[in-house]
Amino acid sequence: MWGRKPRCVIRTKMASCSFEDVLAKAERDEAEKLKGITVSKELDLEFDPGNLLAFDKNRIDTREFKDCKREDFLRSLARDNTQLLINEMWKLPTERVEEVIVAKLPDPTTLLPREKPAPKPKPPTKWEQFAKLKGIQKKKKTNLVWDEVHKEWRRRWGYKRAKDDTKEWLIEVPENADPNEDQFNKRNKAKKERVARNEYNRLKNIARAQKIKVPGMGLAPTPRQSKAELAQAVNVAKISTASVGKFQDNLPKEKTPKNTGRKRKFQPLIGDFSSEKQKQLDLLKVMDSKKPRLDVTKAVNKQMREEDMESRHKNKKDFGKKGRRGKMSGKGKGKAGGKGKGPKGKGRKPQMKQGKR
Amino acid sequence: MTRYGFALKAKTRRSKRFLQSRQPKLTEDQKSSMIIRGGNTSQTVSQALKDVYALKKPNAVLYKRKNMVRPFDDSTALEFFSKKSDCSLFLFGSHNKKRPNNLIFGRMFDFHVLDMFELGIERFVSLRDVKTDTCPEGTKPLLVFAGELFETDREHQRLRSLLTDFFCGPRVSAVRLAGLEHVLHFTALEGKIYMRSYKVLLKKSGCRTPRIQLQDMGPSFDFVMRRNHMASDDLYKTAHRQPRGVKPKKKKNISHDAFGTRLGRLHMQKQDLDKLQTRKMKGLRKRRGEQTAETAAAAAKAPRTDE
Repeated sequence: MWGRKPRCVIRTKMASCSFEDVLAKAERDEAEKLKGITVSKELDLEFDPGNLLAFDKNRIDTREFKDCKREDFLRSLARDNTQLLINEMWKLPTERVEEVIVAKLPDPTTLLPREKPAPKPKPPTKWEQFAKLKGIQKKKKTNLVWDEVHKEWRRRWGYKRAKDDTKEWLIEVPENADPNEDQFNKRNKAKKERVARNEYNRLKNIARAQKIKVPGMGLAPTPRQSKAELAQAVNVAKISTASVGKFQDNLPKEKTPKNTGRKRKFQPLIGDFSSEKQKQLDLLKVMDSKKPRLDVTKAVNKQMREEDMESRHKNKKDFGKKGRRGKMSGKGKGKAGGKGKGPKGKGRKPQMKQGKR
Repeated sequence: MTRYGFALKAKTRRSKRFLQSRQPKLTEDQKSSMIIRGGNTSQTVSQALKDVYALKKPNAVLYKRKNMVRPFDDSTALEFFSKKSDCSLFLFGSHNKKRPNNLIFGRMFDFHVLDMFELGIERFVSLRDVKTDTCPEGTKPLLVFAGELFETDREHQRLRSLLTDFFCGPRVSAVRLAGLEHVLHFTALEGKIYMRSYKVLLKKSGCRTPRIQLQDMGPSFDFVMRRNHMASDDLYKTAHRQPRGVKPKKKKNISHDAFGTRLGRLHMQKQDLDKLQTRKMKGLRKRRGEQTAETAAAAAKAPRTDE
C-alpha cells in the first residue's frame, strides 16, 4: 500500500501532463492542417456557389500594384480568393454519382436578366372554352391500341396506325348513295376538307389569341381589300338572308344595284312572232345553201396577218432556220389561202376568236 | 416554314422543334453569344475575339466577315443579327485611330440592346503565347471579382453583372469537385479592369479541402473603360421579371388509385400460350427418349387446369 501511492501520484502527474500535451498537440496539428487553406482577409467575400461566383470587396493596395511585380500580385490575390471560394464549395453537400464525387449546387443568388420576356399564358381556344362550359374532362388515352387485323399493338394515329382507313381495298357502297359515285375519291375529299377546316380553325384560334383582326367571310385574307372586293362582299352579305335580301333596308345614300345576275336575254314568249320566224327561216336558208358563208373582213385580216409573219421571218438572219421557216410560211400561206377561200362552214368558229375567249 | 402573316407553320417535325426552341420559355437555356468584327480590326482585336470564342466555344458564333456597324450610333444591325442567330450576348471588336483596340460587350433583351460597355485593350496576352495546357472546352469557370469599385460605382456594378452573364457557363444543378479547373479573375482598379485566366491545381492539404495553386493560362486582358450604354431602370427591371413558379415535370404512365397503390401500364408482346410455363412438376419432366402420349397429354392438361 505504501508502495502504491507514489506510483499513483506519478501516474496521475504523467497522465495530466500527457492530457495537456495531447490536447496542445492536437490543436497544433489542426492549425498546421488548416494553414494550407486559411486565408485572412479584412472583409469576408460574398459567395454565390450556384454561379461559382465570388466577390471580394477589399481594398487593393495600389502601392503593391504599381511595382513591376503586377502579375505576381494579381496571381497571389487570385489564389487567395480562389482558395476561399473552393473552401466554400467544399462545404456543399456531396453525393456520389457513377464513381464521381459531385457537389450539389444551390440556386444562384445573383439575379441576371432574362433573354426574352416570360411567356404569357395563352387564352383558351374555342373548344377549350366550350369544354369548360360543358364540364367535359380530357380523357387520357393510351399510346398504343390493339389492332385485331395485324394482331399487334399499334399506335393510335400516325404512321402504321391501328385502324388505317386509307389502306382499305374495299369500301361498301351505302344504301342511300349513288352507285356510280367513287367512294375512294369521296373519302379522300372528305379528309382534305377536314384537314383544311382544322387548319382554318387553328389559325382562327391563333388570331384570337394574338388579337389580330381577320377579315370575315367573303373577303380575301389579305389585310387590304380593294374597293370592288369590299362592294362585292357587301352585296353578297345583303342577299344572304332567307328572303334573298328583299327586305334589307339600304343605307342612307346606298343604291340597290340593278344589274346583278347573269346576263342572258330571251325573246318574249308572247307577242309578235315575226322576228322569231324570220330568224328561223334565215337559219334554214344557210343550212340549205351549197356555197359556204364568207366573212370578207375576217378573211382579209387573216391574210394580212399571215403576210406580216412571213415578211418578219424572211428578214431574220438565221440561215439554218430559213429553210424551215420558208416551208412553214409556204404551209401557212397555203392554209390561209385555203381558209380564206375554202369552205369554212357554219358553226366553226375561226381561230381569231380564241383570243377573246 | 410558311408564313400566314401572323403565324408560322412548320411543315416538318424538325422545323417545329427548331421554332419551339426559339420561343420564350419559363426557365431559359444558356445564353449564346455572337462575336462580330467591325469595319477595321487590328491583329490584337482579331486574336482577342478568337480567344474569347475559344472560351465560350459551344455557345458562341464567330462571324468571320467584317461588318460596318457602329453599335453606339445604330444598333439595328446588331438586333437583326441577334434575331437571326438567336443570340442574346454579343462582343463587337473594332479598331480605329480614335479608339484603338476596342471591344464592346453587350447583351440583349427581347432582341433589343439592354446594356453595352466599350472596353479598350491596353495589354493582351493570347492563348497561343501561353504555352501551358488548357482545360477542356465548356468547363464552367469560377468567377472572382475583386475591387471595391465593383461595389461602389454604379457603372462597375452593371459591368460586373454583364461580365458574369457573359462568362458564366450553363446553369447546372451539381458540379464535379475535381472538375473546377478554370478561374477567371477580374480586378477593378482606377478605371481599369484586369482580367486574368488561371488553371486551378488542387494540391493535397492536411484536411479534406485542397490547397489551391494557380497556373497561368489563357487570355489575359488589361481593359480601360470607355463609353457605355446602360439600360434605363424600368427596362432593367422588366428584364429581370421572372415568371411565376415552374411546375416540376410529371412522370408519365404512373398513376395512383384510391388505395394509394402505384399503377403503371405495360404493353406486352405477343405470347405463345402453348409454350407458357406455369408450374414445374418434376414428375412430368421429359426424360431422354421416353415420352408417352399419356404423359404428354397429362403435362398439357396440368398447366391448363392451373390457369
